[in-house]
Amino acid sequence: MIGVELVKLLRRPRTWVSVGLLVALLTIVALFLAATEIGPRPGEGPALLSAVLSNGQLFPAAALAIVLPLFLPVAVAVVAGDSIAGEAGAGTLRYLLARPVGRTRLVMAKLVAVIAFILIAVVAVALSAYVVGTNLFGSEPLTSVSGRSVNTADATRRTIYAVLYIGWSMLGVAAVALFLSTLTDSSLGAALGALSVLVTSQVLVALDAAAAVRPYLPTRYWLAFVDFFRDPILWRDIERGIALQGVYVAVLLAMTWANFTTKDITS
Amino acid sequence: MTATARTLGTTATATPTATGVITTKGLTKRFGAVLAVDDVNLDVRAGDRYGFLGPNGSGKTTTLRMVLGLVHATRGHIEVLGQPVPRQSKAALADVGALVEGPAAYGHLSARANLALMDAAGPGGGLRTRRRRINAALEQVGLAGVGRRPVKQYSLGMRQRLGLAGALLRSPRLLILDEPTNGLDPQGIREVRDLLIALNEAGTTVFLSSHLLAEVEQLCTRVGIVDRGRLVRQGQLTELRAPTGRIAVRTPDAGRAVALLDGRAEERREDLLLVRTDDAAALNAALVGDGVRVVEIGPERRTLEDVVLEVTSAGSDRIGAPQRSPR
Repeated sequence: MIGVELVKLLRRPRTWVSVGLLVALLTIVALFLAATEIGPRPGEGPALLSAVLSNGQLFPAAALAIVLPLFLPVAVAVVAGDSIAGEAGAGTLRYLLARPVGRTRLVMAKLVAVIAFILIAVVAVALSAYVVGTNLFGSEPLTSVSGRSVNTADATRRTIYAVLYIGWSMLGVAAVALFLSTLTDSSLGAALGALSVLVTSQVLVALDAAAAVRPYLPTRYWLAFVDFFRDPILWRDIERGIALQGVYVAVLLAMTWANFTTKDITS
Repeated sequence: MTATARTLGTTATATPTATGVITTKGLTKRFGAVLAVDDVNLDVRAGDRYGFLGPNGSGKTTTLRMVLGLVHATRGHIEVLGQPVPRQSKAALADVGALVEGPAAYGHLSARANLALMDAAGPGGGLRTRRRRINAALEQVGLAGVGRRPVKQYSLGMRQRLGLAGALLRSPRLLILDEPTNGLDPQGIREVRDLLIALNEAGTTVFLSSHLLAEVEQLCTRVGIVDRGRLVRQGQLTELRAPTGRIAVRTPDAGRAVALLDGRAEERREDLLLVRTDDAAALNAALVGDGVRVVEIGPERRTLEDVVLEVTSAGSDRIGAPQRSPR
């Protein structure tokens, strides 16, 4: 069943269109930066972008920071929100379940396919950003955000950490969308619902009046991946981010399973 | 009506489940305040071509969804091919092919890709035989030459045929088909009917739901009639359509015949007389002997329509205005 879901994911034009758009976005940003050599001043604009002009090897991390606030979560929410609700809306859910495919098994397979999509998207962003970055900006020895120089192997290791951390953060988005996907037969509704959760969270993170709930907001530690590029790596926020997302993912997936396995399929 | 249901209940309990292909006992489903299915005791036996008949909204599809483990029953017990559903759905449904409330497919994929994905998704679909089985199923439903076109370009009739192909793919022991001829033209309806009869003769039990009397009457050997969630009649088609004990006579001299029969003609519709007797030959001889010309004569049989109208109420999709109390 997992294989079937992966085939469905990979044979869907939408998967490749959204990955293509992600790559196109970061390429456009890189082209503008390279053509004008006007970078954002340090501390402004997307994280790390100011440092890219002097070193292309930092561009994968900067590219991830560009797509992280909006573009990547939208793509993940659309795919995850569609996973059950899309089948329900198209009517294929009843045929899958009558085939018979166990409901737990189906949710698991959908989850694996969503994880695969997240990895494909994040890795595609990181790899293409590496190619674009090193070609446009050169690859001098990387200087960390904290000012010490780092060799290529170390930079690759840090980028892989960042990819995994962002993937883990996106799994939180996916879990919200997957849960909503079992509540409704409209994949658009599930995706929009997940996005509204994220936007609310991002607004509250920026709102000082909501400081009391800030540590528990799902998007609070998303940008902590920048800390992988400090020297030494600043683990505090990263660890909190991993733990917080873990709680969200566990609770939401449990709710997804509980709802889907007991639900009447009337679509 | 209650008496009918109770009788059916005892029948179902007495029937050994070994020959039962679909057996439900006291099957009930409540959606909020609405009682969609009410104490249904289905008894579908091996080799049946069972017609599940009822107006739209009478609970046919909900019953069918419960049998397929899609909807959870509020009360009652379901057995499919000897296995309880939904507890043993995997064992029960592996040998079932289904078409529920219209076909569905992934629009951007071809018919073959759709069938292959569904086949790979569940038990009983071997990879080695897959291509052969897909070709055979498409051949059976008349889509052999369909090629690589994506399903979203298909007409309603082609989708319906593809849905049937999906149900036939693993040569199931039981076919559960909801309105299988929906969207087909008369030629297609005929093809599907012939196909189902051929499969049934080769040993497949066919359970089909329909609101089309003619379809059920032409295809089925056994009928269950459902009305407002209740199974109000269940039996062999020939039993339901048993002779009424009257003879129907068609004659241009109806007036003279009525006088001649002296009150035995119970009903007259234009040139058709319904006569209370069980000997058509004697009646014919008597009439002709007295110079009454007889065009047609034979025992009166109730049509399935008569049976249905007798046991069901007004269409359940009909919603009358609430009665106002006089001022």
